[in-house]
Amino acid sequence: MEELTFSTLIAVFEEMFGQVVFWAMVVVAVVVTVLYIYVLIRDRAMSMRKFLWAQVSMPFGAIAAVWFVLTATNSQLSDMGGPIDLLVLLGIAGLGAVGFAILIYVAQSLMRGGQAD
Amino acid sequence: MANQLDFNATRRGFLGLAAGSAALAAGGGAVQAQRVATSARIAIVGAGAGGTAIANRLANRLDGATITIIDGRQQHWYQPGFTLIAAGLKPAKYSVSRTAEWLPEGVEWVPEFATEIDPEANVVTTASGRRVAYDYLIVASGLTLDWDAIEGFNLDMVGQNGVTAHYAGPQYAELSWRELDRFVERGGVGLFGRPATEMKCAGAPLKITFLADDIARRRGTRDQIEVIYNAQNQSLFGLPIVHHKVRQLFDERDITARYDHVLKAVDGQRKIATYATPNGDVETAYDFINVIPPQRAPQVVRDSGLSWADRWVDQGWIEVDMETLRHLRYPNVFGVGDINGVPKGKTAASAKFHQPVVEDHLVSEIAGREATKTFSGYTSCPLITRVGRAMLIEFDYNNNLVPSFPGIIAPLEELWISWLMKEIALKPTYNAMLRGLA
Repeated sequence: MEELTFSTLIAVFEEMFGQVVFWAMVVVAVVVTVLYIYVLIRDRAMSMRKFLWAQVSMPFGAIAAVWFVLTATNSQLSDMGGPIDLLVLLGIAGLGAVGFAILIYVAQSLMRGGQAD
Repeated sequence: MANQLDFNATRRGFLGLAAGSAALAAGGGAVQAQRVATSARIAIVGAGAGGTAIANRLANRLDGATITIIDGRQQHWYQPGFTLIAAGLKPAKYSVSRTAEWLPEGVEWVPEFATEIDPEANVVTTASGRRVAYDYLIVASGLTLDWDAIEGFNLDMVGQNGVTAHYAGPQYAELSWRELDRFVERGGVGLFGRPATEMKCAGAPLKITFLADDIARRRGTRDQIEVIYNAQNQSLFGLPIVHHKVRQLFDERDITARYDHVLKAVDGQRKIATYATPNGDVETAYDFINVIPPQRAPQVVRDSGLSWADRWVDQGWIEVDMETLRHLRYPNVFGVGDINGVPKGKTAASAKFHQPVVEDHLVSEIAGREATKTFSGYTSCPLITRVGRAMLIEFDYNNNLVPSFPGIIAPLEELWISWLMKEIALKPTYNAMLRGLA
């Protein structure tokens, strides 16, 4: 691939998901991240109880992300053919886990408020 | 025991982070190349992948130019999708869009076929007799599939009695899938192969062969089908190193390779295919056949005097410099895509790599500058070896492998990531190319 610039990458993602869906996903990711930082600042601390639930949810996020990618691409786990495939798979699982954990943490914080637990 | 971790976040830190992110997002765009003012008239013959992309690029770069694109087809076909349709992984509509939706404002589309190109008078004439005079011509006509060259064959035969031809278009690719589906259920002899002319995507005949094998394995009927691949010469792929890899995979999967077998006739009644070989004609009975015909420049191009006089004389590709893609006898004529008479590169990936070169040479000439970009022969083939795996083979004029991700994505390994690229990343990249953005 030639000239793989940031704007090319954006153009490719826009085509992949459609402009609306792509930017909606970006907005959701940004909003959740901003809310996460917001609750951290608001509470001035990280709640270990909420973090525990967030951690418990991580495997579900990982599995959901891997399942989504495999289903969307007509592939299965036995298609992994080399080290890069495993790294990509782990990356997808990792992103799913972290994303889901942050989501769960934020959801708990917003629902229960900032009281100590 | 303390069950909480002090997290010394501050409002100021939060605001700083937010501001930094916004600055990154705002400054991340590529710098737009400077526009050049001109009154040049540019004609583009063909609104396929190459023609549409260059129209968008030139519209972005030139101010005041008259750009006319000539093509009678209302539909735009995403041809790299045909293999996926023919394997039942995508519907026919996956490859179909409208020509008009990709063309930029400020470019005039003449929805007619060109009937004459006169590079001496600098005029293209269309089917209705309209004359489009130009200062610069870009030939992006693509190529013609010469179905008549296969004796006894016509496209009406596709989709019944085991006859398939996914190169013919999205609908034919879908009909081909239904036949392939029936073939792996019923069993029998399946014939695959490629023509002896230059062809678009020389990996595609191998892909559909591998996919037929894989689909039968998944159904548990592989022992009931025989898969025969007919190579047009002594090799399965133009690059020796890839040939050996494919031969090894064929051996492992019990796919028979026959060399120097060129399809010349199909008898649909008797279900017999005839191949020209160095030892005379060979007849083979089939239950399934995938027909890919010889490929040539469209007649309008062959009649224009732009073709090579001494190379590919039966095919008519245009005589361009292999690095600059500028015509060797008519310097105001350029070629983009399959029509170019160069040793490699009848793929969408090559058409993509033609873009910056032709743009640079044309715009530089208008601006009175020296152009610097050259085409290396780059060709890319995500060679599918089964559903879920492919080899990302990229090479140049010198038969060198030129991987985009050296050390990360190995070209001769069957990888899931290469499949992901073919299945999800290729079409968006292609669409971005059409818009002149990639």
